Amino acid sequence: MGRADRAARPRNKETSMETAKLDPAASPGAAKSASESSAGRRRRTRPFPVQRVVPYGYLSPTLILIFVLMIIPIAMVVSYSFKDNVIVEQNPVFAGLANYTTVLTDPDFLAALKNTFVFITVSTVAHLGLGLAFATMLNTPLLGGVTKAIFRIVYILPWLFTVAVIAVIWRLMLDPSGVVNYILTTIGVMREQVSWLSEPNTALWALTFINIWAGFPFFMISILAGLQGISPILYEAASVDGASTFRQFRNVTIPQLKPVLLSMAVLDLIWTSQQFALIWMTTGGGPLNATEMLSTYTYKQAFSSYEFATASAAAVIVLLLTMVLAFFYVRLQKER
Amino acid sequence: MLTRKRRRLGAKIAVLAGLCVGAAFAGLPVVWMLSTSFKTNGEVFQVPPRLITENFSFDAYAAILGDGTQLRFFINSYIVALSVTVLTLFVAILAAYGFSRYNFPLKRSVNAVIVTVQAVPPITLVIPYFGLVVALGLYNTYPGLILTHMVFTLPYAIIMMTAYFNTLPRELDESVKVDGASSWTALWRILVPISVPGLVAVGVYTFMISWNEYLFALTLTRTDDMRTVPIGIQLLMGQHSYEWNQMMAMSILGSIPVLVLFLLFQRRFIGGLTSGAVKA
Repeated sequence: MGRADRAARPRNKETSMETAKLDPAASPGAAKSASESSAGRRRRTRPFPVQRVVPYGYLSPTLILIFVLMIIPIAMVVSYSFKDNVIVEQNPVFAGLANYTTVLTDPDFLAALKNTFVFITVSTVAHLGLGLAFATMLNTPLLGGVTKAIFRIVYILPWLFTVAVIAVIWRLMLDPSGVVNYILTTIGVMREQVSWLSEPNTALWALTFINIWAGFPFFMISILAGLQGISPILYEAASVDGASTFRQFRNVTIPQLKPVLLSMAVLDLIWTSQQFALIWMTTGGGPLNATEMLSTYTYKQAFSSYEFATASAAAVIVLLLTMVLAFFYVRLQKER
Repeated sequence: MLTRKRRRLGAKIAVLAGLCVGAAFAGLPVVWMLSTSFKTNGEVFQVPPRLITENFSFDAYAAILGDGTQLRFFINSYIVALSVTVLTLFVAILAAYGFSRYNFPLKRSVNAVIVTVQAVPPITLVIPYFGLVVALGLYNTYPGLILTHMVFTLPYAIIMMTAYFNTLPRELDESVKVDGASSWTALWRILVPISVPGLVAVGVYTFMISWNEYLFALTLTRTDDMRTVPIGIQLLMGQHSYEWNQMMAMSILGSIPVLVLFLLFQRRFIGGLTSGAVKA
């Protein structure tokens, strides 16, 4: 064993580089050198037979779990989507594309698609906007470390609560006789109380607002990490050239942050499109489908109407839409 | 010189004002939740609303903590989240070691699958899980929940742990292997003990995800004695015909584990989180 390990030792350096290249979490510097050493690798990789099995040994629990929890279920849901009366009946019949036609011509599904689009685009823009604004303020050298630490903890609070809690808080606050209506009517913004979550023309916006509140801390923290990674030399050079704070922000900060912002945007689109609990516990998709999303539509098809076949078709459509986003995400990661 | 100082002061005030507005946006709903939990239910919607009520009481907390059903939700959440954390860490340590220290065919594909898994929508999985969990006899059991939660904790844990192991010099574990120890020994005796900071960050995040998980907990359990805290909060909404003070008390009690973990490990956690999330 000892001999085999020693023999494998020179390879290990490349192993790390290989990992660095595959694993975007590793430093970009290591990724660059991976391609340079790949030629060398081919020459030297003829490992000892036992050694060849070892990595699979370490990965086997992961591989088994992914197979059982991911590959099989996805195969199942795809096969469900082509059958009729799945789960409910013992012997479901093959239905071809019928489930897909049913879903794609269902006005409720189309409403859900539209609502999801509004919900995820507005949420993402607001998350990044608020995240950038507060991260910039928290990154200023004008304030002391303790002050900034306190603000940072307050800002991160919404993100720490489970969605069930967030739903309950906002149902309390947005209640017709709740504190939000009280404040808005008292300062004269509105004349009468609004039941934000149960009126068709306000429900989607109220829900989006809650989602913005719940999610912005994560983006703020990530952008803050990005800001702290920008070299101060760039700002020094800019101020020597006489650039104003605003110009520095536009010409240094934004270009430097662009990769982070793009990745975060795609990630947010993926996550927000998957939001289920918040909608389920605040509006349940109502009133009158005003907040129906792809997730709630699919859930209702399955567990309220017991139409598992159409639900599966909807689930596969959601999966495909997400995979398009995931494809862009992976590409963005590779470019960095 | 004077104007420069004054401008600096002006900028400082502007930034502080901006930060205070943001803090109000982020923090006031939380303060309101806390305040409501100390009210009697009759006072919840009193006009004008008061931040600190005259009849300040812990009755809502006592009601939750004195209720066996509610306590059971907490016990269930602890059982599930702790099991998920331990199992995820174990599996992720093994996988990360494989990724970090070995080169093997299919490495690229396996890694791609792990990254992609993170994007698969839970709603897509919940339908086959329902069928699968029922078929395996795991419906309404802890193993059913624990296993299914792992699909969302594991990929992130592996990516973060691999990145962490990559930062540790290979000489550390190689040196004991030269002395004749197996790679298994090298991993558990050398690498894992010095990875505690990384393991803590991954563990906290895993615990949070499992503690907060809602969709599978809702779909794969049926009876009150198997429900977790998020479902418990929702059940309270239906059962007690809007006892808002109790719902807020339950929400606060249900958030304490995550808040405490976060405050204890803030620095490590944020560092680990951003290095994983921004780049993963």
